[in-house]
Amino acid sequence: MLELYGQQVSSRLLLGTALYPSPAIMAEAIKASGVDIVTVSLRRETSGGKAGGQFWSLIQSLGVHVLPNTAGCHSVKEAVTTARMAREVFATNWIKLEVIGNHDTLQPDVFGLVEAAKILSAEGFEVFPYTTDDLVVAERLLDAGCKVLMPWCAPIGSARGPQNLDALRSLRGHFPGVPLIVDAGIGRPSHAATVMELGYDAVLLNTAVAKAGDPVAMAAAFGKAVEAGRQAFLAGPLEPRDMAVPSTPVIGMAAFS
Amino acid sequence: MKVLIHGAGVAGLTLAHELATCGAGVTVIEKRRQIAGNASWQAGGMLAPWCERESAEDPVLSLGRDAADWWENALPGHVIRNGTLVVAPARDAAELDRFGRRASGFRPVDAEAIAALEPDLEGRFGRALFFAGEAHLDPRKALLGLQEKLVQMGVRFEFGYGTASKPYMADFEADCTGIAAAQPTLRGVRGEMLILRTSEVSLARPVRLLHPRIPVYVVPRSGNLFMVGATMIECDAAGPITARSVMELLNAAYALHPAFGEAELVETGVGVRPAFADNLPRVERDGNKIRINGLYRHGFLLAPAMARQASDMILGHETKKELVHEAHR
Repeated sequence: MLELYGQQVSSRLLLGTALYPSPAIMAEAIKASGVDIVTVSLRRETSGGKAGGQFWSLIQSLGVHVLPNTAGCHSVKEAVTTARMAREVFATNWIKLEVIGNHDTLQPDVFGLVEAAKILSAEGFEVFPYTTDDLVVAERLLDAGCKVLMPWCAPIGSARGPQNLDALRSLRGHFPGVPLIVDAGIGRPSHAATVMELGYDAVLLNTAVAKAGDPVAMAAAFGKAVEAGRQAFLAGPLEPRDMAVPSTPVIGMAAFS
Repeated sequence: MKVLIHGAGVAGLTLAHELATCGAGVTVIEKRRQIAGNASWQAGGMLAPWCERESAEDPVLSLGRDAADWWENALPGHVIRNGTLVVAPARDAAELDRFGRRASGFRPVDAEAIAALEPDLEGRFGRALFFAGEAHLDPRKALLGLQEKLVQMGVRFEFGYGTASKPYMADFEADCTGIAAAQPTLRGVRGEMLILRTSEVSLARPVRLLHPRIPVYVVPRSGNLFMVGATMIECDAAGPITARSVMELLNAAYALHPAFGEAELVETGVGVRPAFADNLPRVERDGNKIRINGLYRHGFLLAPAMARQASDMILGHETKKELVHEAHR
């Protein structure tokens, strides 16, 4: 079973809670996919008022772990402040750390990310950093105290799927003991299965389900794909070959006639 | 039959109109001192059920498709039937395809057709979706116009109604107070909007600009005004608009037409939309009390249908005996 900061989680799919047609459909999608962990954006869902009120109660009623995130933060200071607020509102040390470097591409600012991760880890946060697939950045994040890494596979919401399989493979190879969760860029269940087959520990997505024609059915499809990808990884997939290899022997074939 | 309606937003006023048209004696009480300022006041006023179907479930289309007729009938001259134009920057063309797959009742149009429909948008967008059957109105004029008409029809209004005010006796009471109803299953979805004024752009119809993160619409109003809306935030606070929201809304308006960069920002507004978990409205009855709520972002679109349902329920149960029966059910 997957363990994240000492917490056993049964599902290897994590879902975001934004952009659904309605909270009722979101709740159904979460149930249909069997996820254990959902991410909640503090800024958007709970700013002011009664901390998200009904929306937050609905999420609580689903019995899932909440991974608050600092979505939309563009500076270290903003991200750290949001993380502290999130700890109070959601009563958890978990934080999905996003420090956005470019408003348009939503590419992570990896320098700010490392700095914020350092500050938050020192304050006892259990940081899930949203990062690129860069190896050195990953090392710095581990040095900063992160025990989980969440590399993108393509820009947020782009639905493009794994853009650099070599980088993802190399990240997996370098950090065999670190839980790696692909966060952002997944568009289809086949993308999720692909990264799971590489040995990634889990997949986090939102738009691909929330904006699907039928979010509930798509959530179920992703649940199955993640499961299938994981099973395939454990089963040891066959390596690709350049030559055809017959599945039945040719030499010594019985001769009829 | 005497009916007391709580709330002078779009739900309360449309219900008052349905009931008064059928000859009921209607009183509307409202805790605000005037109509201005409620969630309906901040609305876009789009009667766009086919566009809304993109993100809403089917009842929004089935209940909303006759809304323009209802408003035209109730307030002749208020409804503008010029359709809706949906555009996307070239970079986000995939959003247009996605929107088209989820919606119906439109035809795809090219740059030439866009220029013919909205000359000021000429050369700015290569493709769009045109929803010819949709309409819009100015929600503020519609609310005030409806109130004026209701007064002429004999409906009584009491504004500034509080706990100290004298109680009214009625055969039926209708709660149309939106988010103030404080129902446990109701949540608030904060919406923020801007009103810009410029004479450098003119639009004949609401234009929706698709964007993966911040889709917005710009609704033209008389007097060179444009309503730009609206954010959707899971929050029931009605405090002032945030700087971020102003920036995002202005950015989007600027992307639609750079002349909006020189427009005057004459007003910002915040409203809290009442919504149930499925974002669909309800008419609920408990004895001689009835409530209309959960109109979410579809107040002007769905209020007529909900008012009709509520009015049928009220007028279909006139005897005291039946009311008692209902109350004990």
